[in-house]
Amino acid sequence: MSGTFIGMPAFPVAAREALDNAQQRRNLQHATQTIRDKRAAVVDEVDRWEELRVAGAAIKDHVLTHLDGYLVQLEESLTRAGATVHWARDAEEANRIVTALARETGTDEVVKVKSMTTQEIGLNEALEDAGIHAWETDLAELIVQLGRDRPSHILVPAIHRNRAEIREIFLREMGKVGTPAPEGLTSAPHELAESARRHLREKFLRAKVAISGANFAVAETGTLVVVESEGNGRMCLTLPETLISVVGIEKVLPTVADLDVFLKLLPRSSTGERMNPYTSTWTGVTPGDGPQQVHVVLLDNGRSDALADHVGRQALRCIRCSACLNVCPVYERVGGHAYGSVYPGPIGAVLNPQLRGTESPVDKSLPYASSLCGACFDVCPVRIEIPDLLVHLRTRVVDEKRGGLPSGEQLAMKGASWMFAEHTRWERAQRGAELGGRVLGKKDSIGRLPGPLSAWSDARDAPIPPGESFRTWWKRERGQG
Amino acid sequence: MIGSRQEMLGRITAALDGAERAPAPGRRHGAVTSSPDVAALFVERVEDYRAVVERVAPAGVAAAVADALAGTGQVVVPPGLPRDWLAADGVDVVTDDGGLAADDLDRIDAVVTAAAVGVATTGTIVLDHGPDQGRRALSLVPDLHVCVVHESQLVGDVPESITRLRDAVVGGRPLTWISGPSATSDIELERVEGVHGPRRLHVLLVSDGDSTPRARA
Repeated sequence: MSGTFIGMPAFPVAAREALDNAQQRRNLQHATQTIRDKRAAVVDEVDRWEELRVAGAAIKDHVLTHLDGYLVQLEESLTRAGATVHWARDAEEANRIVTALARETGTDEVVKVKSMTTQEIGLNEALEDAGIHAWETDLAELIVQLGRDRPSHILVPAIHRNRAEIREIFLREMGKVGTPAPEGLTSAPHELAESARRHLREKFLRAKVAISGANFAVAETGTLVVVESEGNGRMCLTLPETLISVVGIEKVLPTVADLDVFLKLLPRSSTGERMNPYTSTWTGVTPGDGPQQVHVVLLDNGRSDALADHVGRQALRCIRCSACLNVCPVYERVGGHAYGSVYPGPIGAVLNPQLRGTESPVDKSLPYASSLCGACFDVCPVRIEIPDLLVHLRTRVVDEKRGGLPSGEQLAMKGASWMFAEHTRWERAQRGAELGGRVLGKKDSIGRLPGPLSAWSDARDAPIPPGESFRTWWKRERGQG
Repeated sequence: MIGSRQEMLGRITAALDGAERAPAPGRRHGAVTSSPDVAALFVERVEDYRAVVERVAPAGVAAAVADALAGTGQVVVPPGLPRDWLAADGVDVVTDDGGLAADDLDRIDAVVTAAAVGVATTGTIVLDHGPDQGRRALSLVPDLHVCVVHESQLVGDVPESITRLRDAVVGGRPLTWISGPSATSDIELERVEGVHGPRRLHVLLVSDGDSTPRARA
């Protein structure tokens, strides 16, 4: 499996493959069900949860619609606190900045705390090209990296792997890049975690440079916040001499006081805990404590395009909790890889086409990767109206297609609209379908249709028409009276 | 670089051209959580993370610290830690002078620190890394973290803790929020304690008694 998302097939193709993977479906079903239940329990403990969601959305809406001002304030605060601020318009520019900063230190390796932003820009690959090894230190990210795999969930990126697979990966790969897994390693999770601890500790203790993302960046003070569980984040943020943080411009919060809302919303929504084991905040350079060279790279990479869309803008409220993945019936069955991006699930289906545009087949297909059931909105801690956004983006995809020759689907829809306009036409069509149903006999779904209809039938299991329609039955039983 | 900055800010301003600028939301910071017994709730919630938590009287802190450290080798402490907490014999104590490298810390078994705030609802202790808590690496690398929290430092919930910690953040100090020992659920969602941070967290909650409250400004 390739480490890159570029050139991924469109969602229906990738989903078909994923649906055939029974092991993955079992793993996902167990994982999403477990996290769903945990989340529901700790959310129920909070009085006025809805009020918190509204507050979270309101703070984000305020900051996003004043982003120009808050970014300048954040830059001033960071600079005053001893950090160096860099601005990156796109992935290429961000990678160039980070690579140059790492090179200046003379190191040929960096340790990384899980960061979706650096995955989004393909930073590890850029560093490798420059001869710098980037070590992922979150346990799940380590599993993904050693397995030359791609993450499949925002919170638990290796959720598609079970313990036996993880043991095999550790035994095969750890020794190639550092401390090997111990002989006689079993697949017990505590042994696997211990093996990761030993493997990574050597890297933490010698690392000169660390790279992080940030969950929040406070404009008032220049304070960055990282929320985590294992302590690998603390290792990266504390031990090396140089810290480089890549921060999407949508991560800004106005004041320290705003953290009260988000530190309640995020842990309960993501891991289903009252609080995650570790949260670190730091403000530029702290003399005598932690990295003395601190860099912050502010990343656009399509975010200002999303900001320009008055409906789509709300997707930038996202705090990457992954609650929407765990309730999504589509995600639960196909997994994260099918979305062709570092941002999977319902939020990925709205975020990716906005950040990357809707030119590629995968981004065109993502707004359709949903049943529009609405569960994602119900759990979203910042009330992103994901179903509305999906419909909005479907309109955008269709609008971009207009102007050329009508597609097979458009012709079929025109035909359907003609048929439904008059009840005699509908009844005639139903009689035709009854005939078809009888011809198809005992099969319970229509298989692949020929020609242009194949695109439709390939992504759906359509039931066989009944041998007798309701209207026919009614006439037969009750006559014309 | 200046070009990128100007271009990004220009794009953002253009994106917001004509947009309705959302007002700053009304705030309700520091709402006091109505809990009949904040200390009892704190103990229950810290235990929920499989940390060890004990309630001790002010006079019993030294003995409780010694008990918590039983069986460990070297112990590191921050320079401002009250010396009377380490009165017990037989404990090999190193005071951090800032000169210990990560490798040195890796060879030390335990650390004793104070805390800045305890949050009852979430079972969290917060360090603001003042002189009695030390730099961040101290409470990270050793395998056992013994943390002494006073009842006067407890608050009901997260919003009140932010109110108390704001001055530290504005003053440029880092914060570390700790809820139980290091943990992961990355393998089949089975919780395992002790991946990279301390494997064991031992919290001593000191009753206020009639001694001077230790809440720091």
